[in-house]
This record gives sequence, structure tokens and C-alpha cells, in this order.
Amino acid sequence: MSKTHVSTQINGDSYEFLCNTQQTLLDILRHELDLTGSKEGCSTGDCGACSVMMEDRLVCACLVLGVEANGKEIETIEGLSSGSSLDPLQQKFIDLAALQCGICTPGVLVAAKALLAKNKNPSEEEVRFWLAGNLCRCTGYDKIVRAVLEIAAEARNT
Amino acid sequence: MDYVAPKTAMEASEALVQDGAFALAGGTDLLVKLKTKFISPNIVVDIKQVPKITSIEESMDGWWIGAATPCAEIVEHESLCQDWPGVVEALSLIGSTQIQGRATLGGNLCNASPAADSVPALIAANGTCVISGQTGEREEPIENIVISPGATVLAKGEFILGFKLPKPPSGSGDAYLRLIPRSEMDIAVVGVGTSVSVDKNKKITSIRISLGAIAPTQVILDGLEDIFIGKEPDEDSINKLVSLAESACRPIKDKRGTIEYRTKIAGVLAKRTLNIAYERATNH
Repeated sequence: MSKTHVSTQINGDSYEFLCNTQQTLLDILRHELDLTGSKEGCSTGDCGACSVMMEDRLVCACLVLGVEANGKEIETIEGLSSGSSLDPLQQKFIDLAALQCGICTPGVLVAAKALLAKNKNPSEEEVRFWLAGNLCRCTGYDKIVRAVLEIAAEARNT
Repeated sequence: MDYVAPKTAMEASEALVQDGAFALAGGTDLLVKLKTKFISPNIVVDIKQVPKITSIEESMDGWWIGAATPCAEIVEHESLCQDWPGVVEALSLIGSTQIQGRATLGGNLCNASPAADSVPALIAANGTCVISGQTGEREEPIENIVISPGATVLAKGEFILGFKLPKPPSGSGDAYLRLIPRSEMDIAVVGVGTSVSVDKNKKITSIRISLGAIAPTQVILDGLEDIFIGKEPDEDSINKLVSLAESACRPIKDKRGTIEYRTKIAGVLAKRTLNIAYERATNH
């Protein structure tokens, strides 16, 4: 079994690694590159805890092979803050207590950022549809949706 | 398990001929099957770098949708959405936002599930697919591809390169509806795709309806021409359509619905999709 050499950009930084075919992008992020912000929930694309951006598309890292990342640009939750200052969306989640155990939170944040990049003025229904692939087993959906709507409103007013 | 990402259709076919080779497009079914050990490939052939396989093109002849184009990209294509709103509705129902970023029409067809959302809509739209193999390309109607749950007519080394949809004549409309037990992210209990064209007097000139999840493979309703051609839909013809749809059902019974329920819903969705498609056709 041969390993494939992969070079990729993650959060703007260049990474190179050797990859077995069966390793998913999530396996690579967490176990090879120590980027453990993306979480493993179901590992079958149902829960969204491993949401990342690949070539500006929201995807589940558990449903992407590591070898497929070759030549691609990936963005993970680690790229959301700049240094120690949180993204406004992260701060809003804290302010509104839009997280409980926190396992779903990185995926929710990445997915919500993707929505706001595409739609600056989403309705509550649009937020709920967009985030339907991010499961929160603490079931704190309402605060998550409110945080996304509030940050969208604030961004429009500044 | 090896991995290759061939740059041409011929190299892809040569790789796929090998024992234990599986094609990888969006991976939303393949990776789940890998993890559950439902399949154990010797080699994964990533077909996404093959020319034309991720492109959407409009020409005089109609539409080309590359088999490995992610659904999210298709949904963003405005003029395709205008020409085939029902097809786009159908494929936009496949999975979550994350799944839409990867899932493909080629994968939805070749996974060969009776409940595949895009397939009844593509059949109703008179779509064909271009199959690439070692001896070149061939074109097949979409309804010829799936032969039983999980099985297709594709020979060793063959893969779907893309889909062709006709340019709809003016006065055309299509629609797709499915019923699921929850509001989002579930597998169709029944799915129905309908496509109609009308003349300037709003009389139906062509009609095609395909049902999913009510038999081992997608079903095309026979006998619609006698009921609808040259007429506007009325209570009598709609009642005949409902009976026709119900009698086409040979569904399984599972946790999502009984045989009686699926049969009843098939009639209801046939009626509703016809109403939507007819409305769209008369405004097109």
C-alpha cells in the first residue's frame, strides 16, 4: 500500500503530508496536523461537527479523503480568529451562550460563516435550513440561530 | 488501497477496469460505504479531474451537467434553474448544505437507490447520460441505467461523464416533490418528478412523470398521453392520474411508511407535481 504525497493550503499556510488512501481529511487534520478544532461526531456526514471549507465550499471533512486535499485551499475553525482576538461570530456565541458542551460549536461556526459570506441578510428560516446539517445534541438550536441572526444584523448596521 | 486521480477519460477507464476499483466523485456515499466496510476497494479512482466532468454548459442543443459537479454549484446556476426548476429542486433536496457541497448527479444515479431524489426529475425531463468507457462514449436514457437497488448497467471501466437535458420549448415546466417523515435531511418515502409542455391555448402537448421509492427502480407512468394530450387538466383526468400512479406502486414496507401509505402518497404527489409543472408551463 503506497502513501500519497499531498500538498495543500490550510488557513493560508502551506502543509505537506503523506497520506494513506483511507485517511479522511478529518483524520489528517486531527491526527497528523494537530488541528483538533474540527470535531469527529458521526463520521458519516450526518452531524456536521467536522465542517470545513474546501475551495470555498462547506463540506464535512469526514467525507473527504485526505488525498483529495492535494492542491486545494482548506479553511478550518482554527482560521476563524485572528491571533488571540475572536471573530465577532465567536464572541456573539459566547455573549448569547449559544453553546453548551461545545462539541458542535466549531462546525456550527464554520457553517454559519459560510452562510453569512453568501447571504448577508438571512431570514430565520434560511439560517435553520442552512444549519440543518449541524446537529447539536444539547439541542441549543435557538440560541445558535439567534446569534447568527444578531451578528448578521450588526454587520449590516456597521 | 491505492488512489489515482486520472486526467483523461481514457486513463480513468483503464484504472476502473482493475479488480476492486471504485469511482470516487463527491464521495458522500462512497466514504460511508468505506467506513462501514460495505466495500473494500483495491483502488479508488477519483474521476473529478477528467475534462468536462465538473462543468455546466448551455448550448443550442440543450444542457450539459458534468456528472461530478457538486449539487451546490448546480443550484447556483441561474439559467439552468429557470429552464429546469424541478430538476434543480430535486437535487437540492439531497442531504444537508455540507452534503450539497460534494454530492453529485453521477453519484446519485450510480448509487442506484430507489429513493434517489434527482433521478425521477431527470427521467421526467427526458434526460440522457453520457457513459465513458474503454471503447469511447455512449449515450443512454437515464431510466436505462439502474437495474435493481445498488446495481447499474455500467460495465467494468465505465463511468458517467455527464448528463444532457434538452432545451425546454416555450410553454414547458417541471416539478419534483418528495415526502419525508421530517422536514429536512431524510430519505424519500415517495418522490415524483413531472414535466409538461403546453400550447398557446394551455392544452397539454407532452407529459412525462417518473416516480421514485415506490418500486425497486424508478418507474415511468405509461398511458398519460391518452389522458392529457390536447386537454387542460381537469378533475376527471387528475383522478385518472392518481389511479395510474397508485397502480404503478410496488413498494417495500419499512420504518418510513407502509405499502398502503406509499401508494396513497404516490397519487397525491403525482397530482401536486402536475399542478406545479402545469402552472410553470403556462407561465413559461
